Amino acid sequence: MTDHNAAEPLLRVRGLDKHFGPVQALTAVDLDLPAGQVTCLCGDNGAGKSVLTKCIAGIHQPDHGQMYWEGHPVQVRSPRDASQLGIETVYQDLALADNLDIVQNMFLGRERLRRGLLDENDMERAAAETLASLRVTTVRSIRQPVASLSGGQRQSVAVAKAVMWNSKLVIMDEPTAALGVVQTRQVLDLVRRLRERGLAVMVISHNLNDVFAVADRIAVLYLGRMVAQDAKSAFDPQTVVEYMTTGGQMRPGALQAGEGVSTNVDQ
Amino acid sequence: MSTSEAPERQADPTAAPEAAAVEVPPGIVAQNLGEYLQGWWARVRGGDSGLLPVIGGLLVIIVVFQAISPEHVFLSAGNLVNLFQQSAVFMVLAMAEGFVLLLGEIDLSVGYVAAVGAVIAVQLVQPSTTKWPWWAAIIAGLAACCGIGAMQGSLVTRLRVPSFVVTLAGLLVFNGVMLILLLLGPFSGYPSLTSTGRGNPQVLYNLMWGTIDPIVSWVAMVVIVGLLGLNLWLRDARRRGSGLVAPPVSLTIIKIALMAVIGITVVAICNVNRAAVGTLEGVPWVIAIVLAVLGAWTVLLERTRYGRYVYAIGGNPEAARRAGVDLTNVRTLAFVLCSFTAGIGGLLYASLLGGMSNNVNGGQLVLYAVAAAVIGGTSLFGGRGRVIHGVLGGLVIGAIYNGTYLLGLAVQWQFIVTGLVLVAAVTIDSLSRRGATSGSAARA
Repeated sequence: MTDHNAAEPLLRVRGLDKHFGPVQALTAVDLDLPAGQVTCLCGDNGAGKSVLTKCIAGIHQPDHGQMYWEGHPVQVRSPRDASQLGIETVYQDLALADNLDIVQNMFLGRERLRRGLLDENDMERAAAETLASLRVTTVRSIRQPVASLSGGQRQSVAVAKAVMWNSKLVIMDEPTAALGVVQTRQVLDLVRRLRERGLAVMVISHNLNDVFAVADRIAVLYLGRMVAQDAKSAFDPQTVVEYMTTGGQMRPGALQAGEGVSTNVDQ
Repeated sequence: MSTSEAPERQADPTAAPEAAAVEVPPGIVAQNLGEYLQGWWARVRGGDSGLLPVIGGLLVIIVVFQAISPEHVFLSAGNLVNLFQQSAVFMVLAMAEGFVLLLGEIDLSVGYVAAVGAVIAVQLVQPSTTKWPWWAAIIAGLAACCGIGAMQGSLVTRLRVPSFVVTLAGLLVFNGVMLILLLLGPFSGYPSLTSTGRGNPQVLYNLMWGTIDPIVSWVAMVVIVGLLGLNLWLRDARRRGSGLVAPPVSLTIIKIALMAVIGITVVAICNVNRAAVGTLEGVPWVIAIVLAVLGAWTVLLERTRYGRYVYAIGGNPEAARRAGVDLTNVRTLAFVLCSFTAGIGGLLYASLLGGMSNNVNGGQLVLYAVAAAVIGGTSLFGGRGRVIHGVLGGLVIGAIYNGTYLLGLAVQWQFIVTGLVLVAAVTIDSLSRRGATSGSAARA
């Protein structure tokens, strides 16, 4: 936005609270997702990663707190709201229909029509352009049924489907879980390409190798609190593990790391 | 393809690259006819055989019955038309069942829903009672079927009752409803379409038995084949022109030629005088009706958003839901379309029988409908199958029915042969699923 300073992140989350009955899932969570950077969200099971993701994606409504999109306060009440803003989420199960081909999956729910009938040619061209721009070249034909694709190719299709709609923020839930070495590398390359396009990317991952391979910034949740958030250079794998497992109580000084976010976003 | 693929879940590690090599639709990657045929053969070997098993099965059945039928009467013009008339009910009911099978659901009530629609139409046209015009009676019968479909569909989609149970109850309920409707009026439970010989009942009777004038048959065939061929040619030409990978010109020409050959053959056979005494020639109306249903539902399922959503829900309902598809309405409408199409099948059945009676066995009809759809190549697990599969499967069942009848075999042999063909078809379906899909194998 022109009337904000350049360091204003694409999405700014402030003081997000969410509870389910007596369980406090998120407590005063702050998170910044700057454009053109990959933010990795880490945390042990039950730390609140999924809940935070679903609040951003409009599936859950936070109890308190505010989100700012390009500096403006926004309410994301439904997944539709989220995609209208330009937030797309790639869930772990990818949500692809095996019996449909790549083009059909990428346009599912947003098919283009010509005289009331599906415009297959137009959709095929657009899908091919998107895949080419992401340099997804390993698929032989975009008319292949998704059932015939490898895990990495499926992930690529799911990501291409997400970026096709002028999205500005892509959230990826465990994109490399259950993938082999080569496929993991393909997916991480894809994440870097999204960054090159100027998109904000949030990757949820347990795998610290992947996190350090691809992240610009790292955010760590511990029991529903954001215990650390900073440029990757401020962390090493050991400290991330400490934050994930103890909330950083061993390193009291580090709890304030999140304060300097907007000045530390550049590597 | 990258050279090393990681194992997918617990699937065979070699499955993914192999499947990727064979599952590419040959019409997309092939640039000339040779490559197209190679690609097609690779796909068949990989298990995604499309129409091949049902056409192969049909050929075997034809050859066997032609060889063993008395005086080789099986392939005579008269018997072929007869065979098609007997198959038409199975074809239309199989197309009806296809809508719910694609969703991974089942409708056990189509037989009696068809019968209810038919009884309503047959009762309403009776000149001695209600005297409705034929078109109003047909609309009323089909509307009743739509209502039944909406009711059963709502129970399945909104109240989440399993479709098996809802439609099993429907099978019983509509059997009873059919019997009640049959007893209305002064017909002792046998409202007939033939007793008066003229007027509105005659129109319903002609759905199956009426014929189109031979000259008109030829003209209509030329027009239909011409329009379909033109449409196919323009579609392929536009793909070639717009730089997308398109089927080779020779293939387009072969497809159009094939359509023309089939059209000419069908009309030529139907225009042979097949009456022992007098004249009986021309294409039966029922062929036009089946083609119309086939064409309409093929366009609906393969060329519209609604059809795309039906396939998507059959493949992965969660993906469809996240894509913003209204699952409840798409599913409910599929049950409505199923019952509506069943109603058309019921009208044809009433016409075939020349009326309605309590001899109509809707329980057996539904089994034949499901069998025809599956024999044709529709998957019981949802998401796979085309409208044409129901038509070809119906033709297989009709051919067995007709052939065993010609041989003078008792009905038990017809059941046994049909059952064996069904088992063979389902075995092919599950084998091809195992061979052709790797990721979905883990899901299923």
